[in-house]
Amino acid sequence: MADPLHQFQIKKLVDLPDVTLPVLGHQDLAFTNSHLAMTVAFGMVVLFLTLVTSGAKIVPGRTQAAGETLFGMIDGLVDSIIGHDGRKLFPFVFTVFTFILAMNFLGLFLSFTATSQIAVTATFGVLTILLVLAIGFAQHGLKFFTLFVPSGVPWPVLPFVVIIEFVSFLLRPVTLTLRLFGNMMGGHVALKVFAGFVVIAVGGAIGWLGVPVMILSLGMTVGLTALEFLVAFLQAFVFAVLTTIYLNDVVNLGHGH
Amino acid sequence: MEAEAAKLIGAGLAMTGMIGAGIGVGNIFGSFLTGALRNPSAAGSQIGNLFVGAALAEALGILSFVLGILLYSA
Repeated sequence: MADPLHQFQIKKLVDLPDVTLPVLGHQDLAFTNSHLAMTVAFGMVVLFLTLVTSGAKIVPGRTQAAGETLFGMIDGLVDSIIGHDGRKLFPFVFTVFTFILAMNFLGLFLSFTATSQIAVTATFGVLTILLVLAIGFAQHGLKFFTLFVPSGVPWPVLPFVVIIEFVSFLLRPVTLTLRLFGNMMGGHVALKVFAGFVVIAVGGAIGWLGVPVMILSLGMTVGLTALEFLVAFLQAFVFAVLTTIYLNDVVNLGHGH
Repeated sequence: MEAEAAKLIGAGLAMTGMIGAGIGVGNIFGSFLTGALRNPSAAGSQIGNLFVGAALAEALGILSFVLGILLYSA
């Protein structure tokens, strides 16, 4: 039987010719299973949102209500955290949320989860923090650095607080990346381990003792799959919430809290 | 001790960092329920804070998990 980490391997589906780029050097190009999973997820999001808005009515039907709930949830979130200025940033948060949600859910149906690749989640983390920096410098210029100086702190401890604030700001994309990656990878490893117990027990490696082990492990796998659906949604939601909070720090810099 | 064995034991030990994350996340949800049952009308508005707190506590446990995976597959 393959080990639990085997499912995260990148496989080349279509090998493309290698290229040599000026800065990045020699690059191996290929259409991989990770690429396929992301493309399918992207297609699913576009298809779903097109479907729910194609025949839009005043009184929503079942599919339209599902789409409106998804939309309304992120809209309410951005509006409650950032306020009036959040309307401009809503498209970014909604895009990231739906894309991560689609990739997480597809991972439970396909054999590959794109969000269990650190390269994919790191891209989202870096994208978010770059947007935070861009908005911060564009709106406030050098006053952006007051983000690291909280008001109302007595001056003897201020240098330490500034250092802590600065380091925690730098760690934001790292934790954003690792949380999504760790949750998706951990969940899928746990699923595979319990599924592996079923295979071992059915194979008769532990004799008649295998019968209760088999039943318990299969029950555990079913239960964990249900839990993974919750985690898949929750992680996409948490990513959206934290993205909004980080954006709020620079959009409403210096007032509101 | 062989290097291979030490590596696997280290990976297992790194996972003990998850204990703290488990306590933290349990604490957050427990405290939320305590507060929510005392004042149910205010509970709905704090769901966002609940998940952010849980996510921040969980991230530290995830760091130890990633460390364990790194040691295991190094």
